[in-house]
Amino acid sequence: MNSPVAKPVRMSYREACRQAIRDALTNDPRTFLMGEDVGLYGGCYAVTKGLLDEFGPSRIRDTPLAESAFVGAGIGAAVAGMRPIVEIMTCNFSLLALDQILNNATSIAHMSGGQFAVPLVIRMATGAGRQLAAQHSHSLEGWYAHIPGLKVLAPGTVEDARHMLGSALADPNPVLIFEHIVLYNAEDELDPAVASVDIGSAKIRRPGRDVSVLTYGNSLPKALAAAETLAKEGIEAEVVDLRVLRPLDNATIFESVTRTRRCIIVDEGWKSGSISAEIAARLSEDLFFELDGPIRRICSREVPIPYSRHMEEAALPQTSAIIETARILVGSR
Amino acid sequence: MSERLHIDRQHGQQLFRDMLRIRRFEAKCAELYQAQKIRGFLHLYDGEEAVAVGVMQALEAHDAVVATYRDHGHAIARGLAMGSLMAEMYGKVEGCSRGRGGSMHFFDRARRFYGGNAIVGGGLPLSIGIALADKELRPGAVTACFFGEGAAGEGEFHESMNLAELWELPVIFVCENNLYAMGMPLELAEAETDIFRKAQAYRMPSEKVDGMNPVAVEAASLRAVERARSGKGPSFLECRTYRFRAHSMFDAQLYRTKEEIALWKERDPVPRMQAWLEENHMLSAEELKRIEDQVDVEIDAAVAFAEAGQWEKVEDLERFVLMDEVPE
Ligand SMILES: Cc1ncc(C[n+]2csc(CCOP(=O)(O)OP(=O)(O)O)c2C)c(N)n1
Ligand SMILES: [Mg+2]
Repeated sequence: MNSPVAKPVRMSYREACRQAIRDALTNDPRTFLMGEDVGLYGGCYAVTKGLLDEFGPSRIRDTPLAESAFVGAGIGAAVAGMRPIVEIMTCNFSLLALDQILNNATSIAHMSGGQFAVPLVIRMATGAGRQLAAQHSHSLEGWYAHIPGLKVLAPGTVEDARHMLGSALADPNPVLIFEHIVLYNAEDELDPAVASVDIGSAKIRRPGRDVSVLTYGNSLPKALAAAETLAKEGIEAEVVDLRVLRPLDNATIFESVTRTRRCIIVDEGWKSGSISAEIAARLSEDLFFELDGPIRRICSREVPIPYSRHMEEAALPQTSAIIETARILVGSR
Repeated sequence: MSERLHIDRQHGQQLFRDMLRIRRFEAKCAELYQAQKIRGFLHLYDGEEAVAVGVMQALEAHDAVVATYRDHGHAIARGLAMGSLMAEMYGKVEGCSRGRGGSMHFFDRARRFYGGNAIVGGGLPLSIGIALADKELRPGAVTACFFGEGAAGEGEFHESMNLAELWELPVIFVCENNLYAMGMPLELAEAETDIFRKAQAYRMPSEKVDGMNPVAVEAASLRAVERARSGKGPSFLECRTYRFRAHSMFDAQLYRTKEEIALWKERDPVPRMQAWLEENHMLSAEELKRIEDQVDVEIDAAVAFAEAGQWEKVEDLERFVLMDEVPE
């Protein structure tokens, strides 16, 4: 830990990720970071800039372009006693390591009858909004949330970016952290009294009585902006940051929706077979009689994310859609 | 048998005994498969025993092993208890993976046996990571990574070759080249059929080894392990061998001829080792009888152990999906 400071510190999400890695490397000699361009280049999103000089090449380990092998190496190192952090440039490239993640990382503990654990953290960038087109803009966290044996985190605030990594490394299981590319530049005040976050629960970011907006990642600021506008119209939206997509925090979600009796899920993944579909299914299984209206979902349109600005915007969940959906849902009360 | 290594009576008999243990254990497995005691996939190592037995001679307790779905030979030669293997194939909780893995997924923490892996090529990246950790945590330890020649077609093979040599990791790669990947003959699958040459392209010391001869495999393994232990990096052994039976329990074997099988059977490592020991007066009739009896007793005990085993409680189904702690 850094020496505690009394005053709130302002920092970017990117800097928060970097500080988290710095802490992890300082606190545990078993931890090292490996991935493509994490060292000399400083990270494809500049998260790890400067860390090579600080920690040297065996702890900030540049790898060749071999996602399957270096993710598998992270798994092997974790199984054999290290606490590695593997960085994959973007979740799109994680598909080249899917075999290792699914067939090794999440299978070894169960398949060995509990003889081995895989305390590995994989960080990757996710999401759209920077006109990077289809092969660099997808949101695959909901997909990964399908897999038993994984924990799937999606920090949507600077605080979570700062502290989730530490909690993930303390967990005996493989944990994936999806850092949203648009959020890297986001800034916020960090409460120095907070030294860790719990990675088992969702968090209410704004309380409200009329409708629950369940979301995560870069849709969180959009939901909060929508709630501001709605408040001026007398609609109090409660914004729930899911934060942990696997295992889902049913308790917080159900409690919120039971209170507001209305629910909108905002998810940057595609709608079909998404995490929003999973949540909607759980709500309809368990909370059907508590609802005053249909569950609404705002997701990415079902297209490979396009390059051109207006088309990209049209493909993604936007604040305006959240506002309109809430008006209709609450207006029907 | 090769003269490159001095083999005394005791060691020669041990090589023979371990190969015989695997051979007869698997004959029993095949029988139990017919009797439907063992289900699922069952890949026998029949014919390839010299490879696992030879390599394991070069390993010590602190070394690690990564195996494939054809893992009975590796597990037995590494010293996993036969009873726990048989119980695993019965699906019993006393099995080496609590009955959750079956024939293809033997694990043993105590012997650093990191599993039979049923994804072709999937174990190679794992071995890279284990070796990387060992460099930090257990200096001098070596990982032996086994795979079939079919793995050489996979990207993971090439990615791992590069990383191992680039990072000078203590791994010995053991390619069990039995000339077929299921029904795919080597020469229809690979432009370069000398697999060891692929390792050379990564500047890795590599050699072709007679995989039907445990002494030759042991000698090559000792060289590779010595190199890895002393920090000089990985080596690659292409062990030429042959499986006498079907890929899994049954296949029509349309991809090869009876003549070819018969030719390879002339090189069967088990009777050849026996004959060599006898010719060199290292195995008397009484000793042979004693070894055979011991092996049969061990196998009978393993079957009895599996038969007496329990089924894991269904309530434990989701146990170990997420771990509460990292086992020490
Ligand atoms: C990635 C992957 N593709 C296909 C298979 C199906 N499969 C199982 S074994 C096998 C042949 C592998 O041959 P080889 O590596 O030479 O090993 P051998 O069985 O000869 O020991 C195949 C194709 C698999 N298990 N994994
Ligand atoms: Mg083969």
